[in-house]
Amino acid sequence: MSMDKQTTQAMIDEVLEVYPEKAQKDRAKHLAVNETNGEGKCITSNRKSQPGVMTARGCAYAGSKGVVWGPIKDMIHISHGPVGCGQYSRAGRRNYYTGYTGVNAFGTMNFTSDFQERDIVFGGDKKLSTIIDELETLFPLAKGYSIQSECPVGLIGDDIEAVAKTKKAEIGKTLVPVRCEGFRGVSQSLGHHIANDTLRDYVLDGTDPEAAQAEAGEYDVAIIGDYNIGGDAWSSRILLEEIGLNVVAQWSGDGTLTELENTPKVKLNLVHCYRSMNYICRHMEEKFGIPWLEYNLFGPTKCEESLRAIAAKFDEKIQAKAEEVIARYRAEWQPIIDKYKPRLQGKKVMLYVGGLRPRHVIGAYEDLGMEIVGTGYEFAHNDDYAKTTPEVKDATLLFDDATGFELEFFADKLKPDLIGAGVKEKYIFQKMGIPFRQMHSWDYSGPYHGYDGFAIFARDMDMTLNNPCWDKLTPPWKQEKDSEAAAA
Amino acid sequence: MAIRQCAIYGKGGIGKSTTTQNLVAALAEAGKKVMIIGCDPKADSTRLILHAKAQNTIMEMAAEEGSVEDLELDDVLKVGYGGVRCVESGGPEPGVGCAGRGVITAINFLEEEGAYEEDLDFVFYDVLGDVVCGGFAMPIRENKAQEIYIVVSGEMMAMYAANNISKGICKYASSGGVRLAGLICNSRKCDREDELIEALAAKIGTQMIHFVPRDNVVQQAEIRRMTVIEYNPKCNQADEYRTLAKKIIENELFVVPEPATMDELEELLMEFGIMDEEDTSIIGKAVETA
Repeated sequence: MSMDKQTTQAMIDEVLEVYPEKAQKDRAKHLAVNETNGEGKCITSNRKSQPGVMTARGCAYAGSKGVVWGPIKDMIHISHGPVGCGQYSRAGRRNYYTGYTGVNAFGTMNFTSDFQERDIVFGGDKKLSTIIDELETLFPLAKGYSIQSECPVGLIGDDIEAVAKTKKAEIGKTLVPVRCEGFRGVSQSLGHHIANDTLRDYVLDGTDPEAAQAEAGEYDVAIIGDYNIGGDAWSSRILLEEIGLNVVAQWSGDGTLTELENTPKVKLNLVHCYRSMNYICRHMEEKFGIPWLEYNLFGPTKCEESLRAIAAKFDEKIQAKAEEVIARYRAEWQPIIDKYKPRLQGKKVMLYVGGLRPRHVIGAYEDLGMEIVGTGYEFAHNDDYAKTTPEVKDATLLFDDATGFELEFFADKLKPDLIGAGVKEKYIFQKMGIPFRQMHSWDYSGPYHGYDGFAIFARDMDMTLNNPCWDKLTPPWKQEKDSEAAAA
Repeated sequence: MAIRQCAIYGKGGIGKSTTTQNLVAALAEAGKKVMIIGCDPKADSTRLILHAKAQNTIMEMAAEEGSVEDLELDDVLKVGYGGVRCVESGGPEPGVGCAGRGVITAINFLEEEGAYEEDLDFVFYDVLGDVVCGGFAMPIRENKAQEIYIVVSGEMMAMYAANNISKGICKYASSGGVRLAGLICNSRKCDREDELIEALAAKIGTQMIHFVPRDNVVQQAEIRRMTVIEYNPKCNQADEYRTLAKKIIENELFVVPEPATMDELEELLMEFGIMDEEDTSIIGKAVETA
């Protein structure tokens, strides 16, 4: 399909017609026609959602506990407040890890102070203190604790900082109070920032990179902002190690507190999810002089681009190894493309995801001959859109914090062959008969990163898109009508 | 006859609890069935009726038992002088938790447990000084207190507070039946105090329902954890509270207040010589050093 800017703009104008004047004025700023030269309209982002619309956004607690802190596997993350936030966010993000759950790893467990009426009235800090004592007894191998504030904690003013300080002195472990009350900010994005700030203040600021300098190697790197969803960080790490780099830390998928503490010694920070962890990278750049580089390991084209860019930051030995690795994997991914491209060629994809995927996965789709007709972010900032513009074709539809109505409208107009978004969108579009993949959790599949991930990605897209079930969606009475019509 | 539910508001330290308990004692003496609900984490709204230091509060008991659902009415409802039923909502110590939520929980508990029995003539809510958040406005929401009495004195800040509370009443008066029923002047022996409060009452469209003079006997009774009515029923002050009680029984002037603007209030204070004409030349100037 060839899209032109007028058609896309007309579609935007049409979707806006449904809104009342004020909402229309606001939503108009969040919808744009892509111009690869960067001279298009500057899309507005990171603003409060309009009341009355269906937004897919999360909250600051989701950004801190669910995204940044949650995957650190050897710490216990206490959801401080009523039980729901912790329980409904438990283990849903598929951050894989090794270890013995309940012994030295705690990723899929829910720890909560389970606020009752009395905790609201009398304050929950005493209870928090008791919980930490109990956890110390039950899980002595936990390396530390983070206290993830839910909304009521901010309303009643629980002094979680004081509890953290006292308990730290008592038990000698890292204790991190995080003020990520859900009502703060406009989306999960502020939660990422708050979580990064606490990582800086309570983890990195306590470390002394000079003292451990002897241990640092010249090829040490850290993976930042890979949450190991379905094993993504593992399939990325393999490649980095194969080109000769030494991955010291994973932030934070399958990560440990010690890894985080060791990061100030690395030579380069490799950033996967820029949105959720650029803050800590900038801090390490400023304080420890560590450069950082954003990379993308979705699909062979981007893998090759990124491996070369990463190798270019090191010496010729690494660069030569990178070329070797690139050449070796061609034999692996070419058959995948040969197999799936004919089945997927020319298919249209609409994306609506979170931190980095609305731009990063584009290359993987294009490697399979697929075309992105629309893409958007739930909680991006301006810099994310600046990075997106060159990645998608001219006249592609861009949407920020899209509403439920807009997504359905665009699906109807753009007629995508595949939609990639989250669980909130999944069943709506499947009921509409549109093949759908969850691109937050990889739909219980993955990994999708690296060459290993690409094989799975290609298979998943094919089995979803070319699934015979989509032809079975016409109800019997309609089928009869059709056959009658055909007979007549 | 339906239960008359009244809430007592006023600036912190103005004498709300003392006035309420003496008033309630007078009502009880006149044969009325009354309940006091203390809505203040300090829990000092019932001590003169119960001769107790402080009664067990709903929130304290609930915290001990596990949750408010585990409580029985008998655990928290005590009967004191003249058959007056007493409960305290209670709440956290200063600086932690949410006292407002405590008031909400406590009042909901009392309603669910049927504390508002049909034979009651009056319920009095004695509410913490400043209506700092929604929780402390609980007693004046739908189906609760219909009459508000504000305790005030001739001091400037007490009058400011009374005016502010009127603003709060306006908010709830538009959606429910709550009305301002009058100002109770608890005298601080300021000059022309009665005239001043009467003028303020007129300004906001209500009445000064009674002027309670200052008398040391109140203090003497308090030391003994008693109301004046019980400690020294023959003294003048006891009669003053009896008069207040009578006026409240007979009160029919319930209004939606018209709070004064800041300028109007200052004008009033200047008129009575409490505030000087504004001298802009002195603003922001410290004491001159020699």
